[in-house]
Amino acid sequence: MEALIQLTREPLDRNALVAAVSHASVGGIVVFEGVVRDNARGKQVRYLEYDVYPEMAEQQIRSIVGEAERRWGIERVAVAHRFGRLEIGEASVIIVVATPHRAEAFEACRYIIDTLKTTVPIWKKEVATDGEEWVEG
Amino acid sequence: MKIRVRYFASFREISGQNEEILTLDDGATITDVRGLLLARYPRMQAVMERSVYAVNRGYVAAETALHEGDEVVFIPPMGGGNLQELR
Repeated sequence: MEALIQLTREPLDRNALVAAVSHASVGGIVVFEGVVRDNARGKQVRYLEYDVYPEMAEQQIRSIVGEAERRWGIERVAVAHRFGRLEIGEASVIIVVATPHRAEAFEACRYIIDTLKTTVPIWKKEVATDGEEWVEG
Repeated sequence: MKIRVRYFASFREISGQNEEILTLDDGATITDVRGLLLARYPRMQAVMERSVYAVNRGYVAAETALHEGDEVVFIPPMGGGNLQELR
């Protein structure tokens, strides 16, 4: 299947993403879900604002998934990232990789989230009790 | 020639807009756009120094020559790491 890639303001639907990659040939499904934490570097976070350069982000995610498909021979991947305002406990990103055997699913999922964090133009602003800032590195 | 600059994250906040059209001399590069924006928005200095560049949705180097209708974006560091290796 062609990778499912979603960039949306709406809450992410984990079950729908898992359903999208499920198939009779699949023996393992790994899900990574990044959620909004209530603290960062000693600050009390109230909420996060994500900004995205949508056209480029989608292109970059597609190329990351393409690389993962080449490296691990995987074929069933879904990546969803939310933007706009996110409250504590809400999911900002979900990556689902389904494979015949589990090892490839774990490795590919780890690769996709780590690479996404450094090369996909999506930015996070922490709004804390004592002010706000765009988070860098 | 005219190019389109789109602003995201702190660039959007400093410029107060989502995008603008800039008129440049033929053969202008990303470095020229950088200079023009810093003259217009001095507060971009700090974040500009930490940013990388994209033209038409792909990462490029500062000396990249621009063409009519190009879409230019300055990309500040993302929360999950940095892009130093792409400079």
